Amino acid sequence: MPAHSPKSRAPKSHYIRDIARLDTSSAPERVRAIRAAGVAAFQTTDYPNTRMEEWRHTNIAPIVGTPYQSLVAPTEHGLTLSDVAPFLLGDGAWTELVFVNGYFADDLSVKGALPRGAFAGSLWEALLSDSGLAEAHLNHYLGPRNTFTHLNNAMLQDGAFVYAPKNAALETPVHLVFLSTAQRGPETAAHPRNLFVADAGSQVTLVESHVHLAGDTPYFNNLVVEIAVEANASVERYKVVREGARGNLLATTEVRQARDSRFRSFAFTLEGAIVRNQMCVALDGEGAECELHGLMLDDGERLIDNAVNITHLRPHCRSRIAYKGILGDRSKGVFLGKVHVLPEAQQTDSNQLSNYMLLSDHATINTKPQLEIYADDVKCTHGATVGAPPEPVIFYFRSRGMDERTARGMLTYGFADEVVSEVSVAALRERLEAYVFEKYSPRR
Amino acid sequence: MLQIRNLHASVDGKEILRGIDLDVNPGEVHAIMGPNGSGKSTLAQVLAGHEVYEVPEDQSTVTFLGENLLEMPAEERARLGLFLAFQYPVEIPGITNEYFLRAALNETRKSRGLEEFDAMDFRELLQEKMAHINIDPGFAERFVNHGFSGGEKKRNEILQLAVLEPRLAILDETDSGLDIDALRIVSEGVNKLRSPNRAFIVVTHYQRLLNYIVPDFVHVLVNGRIVKSGDKNLALELEEKGYDWVKETFAGATA
Repeated sequence: MPAHSPKSRAPKSHYIRDIARLDTSSAPERVRAIRAAGVAAFQTTDYPNTRMEEWRHTNIAPIVGTPYQSLVAPTEHGLTLSDVAPFLLGDGAWTELVFVNGYFADDLSVKGALPRGAFAGSLWEALLSDSGLAEAHLNHYLGPRNTFTHLNNAMLQDGAFVYAPKNAALETPVHLVFLSTAQRGPETAAHPRNLFVADAGSQVTLVESHVHLAGDTPYFNNLVVEIAVEANASVERYKVVREGARGNLLATTEVRQARDSRFRSFAFTLEGAIVRNQMCVALDGEGAECELHGLMLDDGERLIDNAVNITHLRPHCRSRIAYKGILGDRSKGVFLGKVHVLPEAQQTDSNQLSNYMLLSDHATINTKPQLEIYADDVKCTHGATVGAPPEPVIFYFRSRGMDERTARGMLTYGFADEVVSEVSVAALRERLEAYVFEKYSPRR
Repeated sequence: MLQIRNLHASVDGKEILRGIDLDVNPGEVHAIMGPNGSGKSTLAQVLAGHEVYEVPEDQSTVTFLGENLLEMPAEERARLGLFLAFQYPVEIPGITNEYFLRAALNETRKSRGLEEFDAMDFRELLQEKMAHINIDPGFAERFVNHGFSGGEKKRNEILQLAVLEPRLAILDETDSGLDIDALRIVSEGVNKLRSPNRAFIVVTHYQRLLNYIVPDFVHVLVNGRIVKSGDKNLALELEEKGYDWVKETFAGATA
């Protein structure tokens, strides 16, 4: 075997150049330390490639091979409230924070009411303030995932920070709008970093929208999200990806759950070129529960990868994975559901389901459960389906006067709507319902 | 309304219907009774247009409202006014009853050159129909048959019947798996939908359903043929003497 594969020699110099352009003078000591360790790890690890098991079906060569120019400071965005209004959901009542190319845009954001002690705003501003709250949690939950998460550390700057204080319930969702404009020309990269902390007994709903005004311009977002769900806290998190036709997103979300906490997550990937959502959850306290849903709507030449990674570290935890997808044209989909049960995690209850519908003979889905169980008293199940609706279902429609084409269209819509109908935020559910209806229903 | 002449049907080369003749006129209720494997459900499925069955069109004819039924795909039969209430209704997660039924009704209306219902008007119509046959208004927002009990599924079939207003409704073992209360509720729904313009074919293994839905004619199907026809008293006789009686009496037919 050659010592160096072509991919491992893929250039990193453009990123190194931009890391050097970052302003370090104003950065807090903690940030400088994270960046320094990030640079070192970035330089010594290979880019993810298809010879790595987790990336076997996810060819990100188009991302690795593009000499993106990374933004190192916020730029004049030139946008108005009416430019961002179509992306907002809260009708003026929520806190909706807009980030343009990864940087907080105060002038485009809406501030709803928050309980005393809560925070929702720019991570960078939170780090510069002297409360120490963001700093205490930052990079506390991210494991050594891959070259791109190292790069995110190396480029660490802005993103969103949301904090729900002890026993507080945030009554309206906090909406974070990540808007890519590619205004600095094509092949721009951004490396936003989000940190969400739900303190003991708190409740918060987070909606993350990844949208664009970039047209067909190529760009790349390298996102890392850390979420701490403390004891008895409850977090519901929705991520909706609608990147541009040539917009790429590699996202890693890392969640740590304490005792008796609850985490419910939805990843909707509707548009983009290459999109990878890696969702890692560590159930690190007895009685913690997580429920992870995903829906990919894949078509054109798009590549969508949902990688889920749950680690049961403590006894009596419960995890549910339910990911679905609809694939048409020449699109590719990947699902990996990895559940790791450590020896201490007795009485683990884990279940995963992945269901995929193929609309074209040229579309492909690779779906794989992976269970690694080191405890003996556990219940871990998994199931997967790939295919088209069964014939008796089609006949049922036809016996009610609907032809096969109508039946298939309605079933495709229904397949997607089954996930959408689980969304508990009404404004978001309605928007997603309209989207899947418009996309798949033959009867409008 | 419906004329069946010498209807044969086979599946995978195995003949199941072996020459059925039946006439159904508007307003009539015909019960088809028979032992397991006699071809009752096959008859229902063949009439609805299930393509798994092979029907020799040179021998068999089925005319419905003057049209050659055997030439039509299932959806066209439905639009013409033929309805099958399934023995095992399928579950359709993700599609609400309301959306499903509006699409179904509008397909039929479109084929007849009638204006389609918009969402608002249809909701009103659906509520009216649900009230008429005593169905919980919550059915509208539930996914079609998804997580329904056996009884709920059968009631949902009757709701579909009420909305689609077919000329001929075939009930395929609608009584199977129902307790006596559910049977009564379903039957009351059917009885409210009886009209001089509408005919029913009630396929059942047991006589008890016919206490609630009283038929004008009873036909006994054995081994793919109607071996005896009569009025509602035939069902009672059958209940009393059992299917062995017809099998023995009509041994020639079963050979």
